[in-house]
Amino acid sequence: MKSVKLMKHKIIFFLLTLFTVHYSLTTDVYALDANKKLLSNGLTVLHSEKHNIPIVMVTMIIKASQLDEHKEKAGLANLVAELLDEGTKNRKSQEISEEVEFIGASLGASASDDYTTVTLSVLKKDVEKGFELFSDIILNPVFPQEEIDRKKELIKGSLKQREEEPSFLADRAFRKEIFGEHPYGRLREGSIETLTALNREDLIKFHSKYFVPNNAIISVVGDLTANELNSLIKKYLGEWKIAALPEKQINPMPAEKIKKVIKIEKDVTQATISLGHLGISRDNPDFYAVSVMNYILGGGGFSSRLVQKIRDDMGLAYGVHSFFSPGKDKGAFEAGVQTKNESANKVISEILKQIEIIREEKVSDQELADAKAYLTGSFPRRLETNRKIADFLATVEFYNLGLDYADKYPSYINTVTKEDVLKVAQKYLDPENYALVVVANQKKAELKY
Amino acid sequence: MRKLLFLIFIILLMPATLYAEVKEYNLANGLKVLIIEDHKSPIATFQIWYRVGSRNEPAGKTGLSHLLEHMMFKGTPKYGSKAFSKIVQKNGGTDNAFTTVDYTMYFQTLASDRIGISIDLEADRMQNLTLDPKEVIAERSVVMEERRMRTEDDPQNLLHEEVMAVAFISHPYHWPVIGWMADIASIERNDLYNHYRAYYSPDNALIVVAGDVKEDDIIKKIKALFGGIPAVNERKPVTSKEEEQKGERRVSLKKEAELPYITASYHTPCFPHEDSYALDVLGTVLSGGKSSRLYKSIVYEKKLALYAYGDYSALHKDPMLFTFGAAAAPGKNIKDVENALYDEIEKIKKELPTEREVQKAKNQIESSFIMGQDSIFFQAMQAGMFEMVGSWKMKDEYLEGIRKVKSEDVSRVAKKYLNDENRTVGILIPTKTVRSEK
Repeated sequence: MKSVKLMKHKIIFFLLTLFTVHYSLTTDVYALDANKKLLSNGLTVLHSEKHNIPIVMVTMIIKASQLDEHKEKAGLANLVAELLDEGTKNRKSQEISEEVEFIGASLGASASDDYTTVTLSVLKKDVEKGFELFSDIILNPVFPQEEIDRKKELIKGSLKQREEEPSFLADRAFRKEIFGEHPYGRLREGSIETLTALNREDLIKFHSKYFVPNNAIISVVGDLTANELNSLIKKYLGEWKIAALPEKQINPMPAEKIKKVIKIEKDVTQATISLGHLGISRDNPDFYAVSVMNYILGGGGFSSRLVQKIRDDMGLAYGVHSFFSPGKDKGAFEAGVQTKNESANKVISEILKQIEIIREEKVSDQELADAKAYLTGSFPRRLETNRKIADFLATVEFYNLGLDYADKYPSYINTVTKEDVLKVAQKYLDPENYALVVVANQKKAELKY
Repeated sequence: MRKLLFLIFIILLMPATLYAEVKEYNLANGLKVLIIEDHKSPIATFQIWYRVGSRNEPAGKTGLSHLLEHMMFKGTPKYGSKAFSKIVQKNGGTDNAFTTVDYTMYFQTLASDRIGISIDLEADRMQNLTLDPKEVIAERSVVMEERRMRTEDDPQNLLHEEVMAVAFISHPYHWPVIGWMADIASIERNDLYNHYRAYYSPDNALIVVAGDVKEDDIIKKIKALFGGIPAVNERKPVTSKEEEQKGERRVSLKKEAELPYITASYHTPCFPHEDSYALDVLGTVLSGGKSSRLYKSIVYEKKLALYAYGDYSALHKDPMLFTFGAAAAPGKNIKDVENALYDEIEKIKKELPTEREVQKAKNQIESSFIMGQDSIFFQAMQAGMFEMVGSWKMKDEYLEGIRKVKSEDVSRVAKKYLNDENRTVGILIPTKTVRSEK
């Protein structure tokens, strides 16, 4: 019953979800006691013992994503992930789900912008069976033709259905505009055309090229000792052979600044607006100053300027936010909002005004202190559950942030000054050259832009 | 959202033995307090539950409880306008709230040494909410934007709203939690004030604190700040009842959309009705993952739908619905999807599910409970949800009830409730407009 519950602060929800990368990395490793090992086959193993509940959470990152696809093979990484549990050398698709669900476990894979994740959640008493299934879908998928056809139809169908969502239309157009030919500019699922063209050979090749231990990180958190983990890994991932990795593709970002307005007509009561441009990559040293700056501008929920102005003072929107999505390559900066068609101009102009202000004037001492207090003070919450810790450890390793990252994070944030905030606002925000996408009843919106 | 609710529901069913212990206190003014100590991580969650939701609203003022929830963030004389969330955030915490048909819940999650902030702020806004008329007007527009986003521009949600309105005629579950648009626009400061005075009092509230806290410290602080707030004791109970449905009801919605969608809802009893356990197992056999019947038959084998689900919601004050839904795959006829759903329902009425299927469903339910204990928020949530429908202690009965369910019970409740006379069907019929990109 989607309609029964209404979360009030959608903004907070954004804080927690859209900032996945950011927040998952802003957490201090509070008493994590994680160990790291590199096995002889090149697999990186991270482990943290937690015996409070009889469960085991496993996250594996495979360093392969749309960044490793050719343009005409768009959707390949995603399709491989989707098909891992749809048939292996040992089990048919339906046998896998039957075995997983019979032990009340969950097992799944998904591709994101920078990597592919395979996760297992299992009760301690069934951990042996869980590892067997987990390893089977990673090592032995066979990509049956029938399953490929079925999955392609489901993905195409869901792409079609998502056209209903104004935010999907806005996001797709926005990414295409700012990233151009770079893989971040495409849908993870690919297009109907590229998806149709993908064949079984492509899937098998992609899997054998990238799903190798020296291209993977496994993170295990829960009711499991180091000895127990070692023997599970030996038994179920011991035969996994090291292999030469293909060279990483270089995907150039658009060099020129753009100014473009895209209007998409839809019979809706609200305009969905995305405004922004290229942002920063995760390894940019300005990441921490940018985190503070964006918290003040539009990332900090009810503490942010965009919410205070557009929601609280003007009453023009339920949700308004801004975020950076730093990845292996430069991500986006985006401000997003929904407002009734008739208010679209007013809201766009206010967003641009707020971007200008934060580029012109230093933020107040209070704003700076509050932002730092939140970013550093929220860390224990980010590692509340075993699932969160498992994901955190794997992500920190993937972005090479170091085992001491969590200890260092507060000092990275606390050394940011008002001058730094101003400097990064000037450097990474641009109120002149941006892409603006508006999905709306255009007649009612009457855009001036 | 659907998935999230399923998870929340499942988590409610944790066996007693695996729980951190719940300590109950009852203050003289009627406030009940539950404290769950769990020291695995240095954080704590504070939740305050008010027994008021859309079922307590008068006709013509629907959405009142939800708008009041928004106004609760607008401040008191002591803390000023909109200070609440800012104070929580600058302490590294997060706060939020939600309104349902039955209750309204506010929560903060903070480092455990700062949980006193919650106690202070919540005690203050239980008594001293400002409700500035100007802010009421601004927040009304925010909620109207929220309604546009969630309902008006989301064809499936709009359809679900209509199905509820048709399935419930005389009971207040008839109207949506967010309220009808014209009703939201008509809510005045005084409506909110009266609602606040009637329902926001210690004798109508529950506090649940979970996490890395010391029980003695917490209860001392709560007694000091909440103990002096007087009880109200003057609320009229909701007496409305939904009469038995005597024939299928159908609604259709024509709207710009890409694919047809069907939902079918059946009136069912809620927990602790003796049939609620078997209904929960029935829901899991039909819809608990890729090996469940609806996915296997309608999505995987027949390829008629992109997804198909059945969702039984047990924890409500008054009887609710067992809701099925499916989105047609491109090029498929929605009538065929509908028939395929009914075929699966008829099948489980006629042939008992296998023992393995029933055991699998029980394992899934049990395992989800255990996994849910990973989170202090869900531990607190679970205690609160059971308390809202009776007592937090009833959570222990639930899993015992689930364990006793047999194949015969599953078929029996399917026969008893999943009948066409008891069904309300909604169909989304897409209309297309030409889209032009400039």
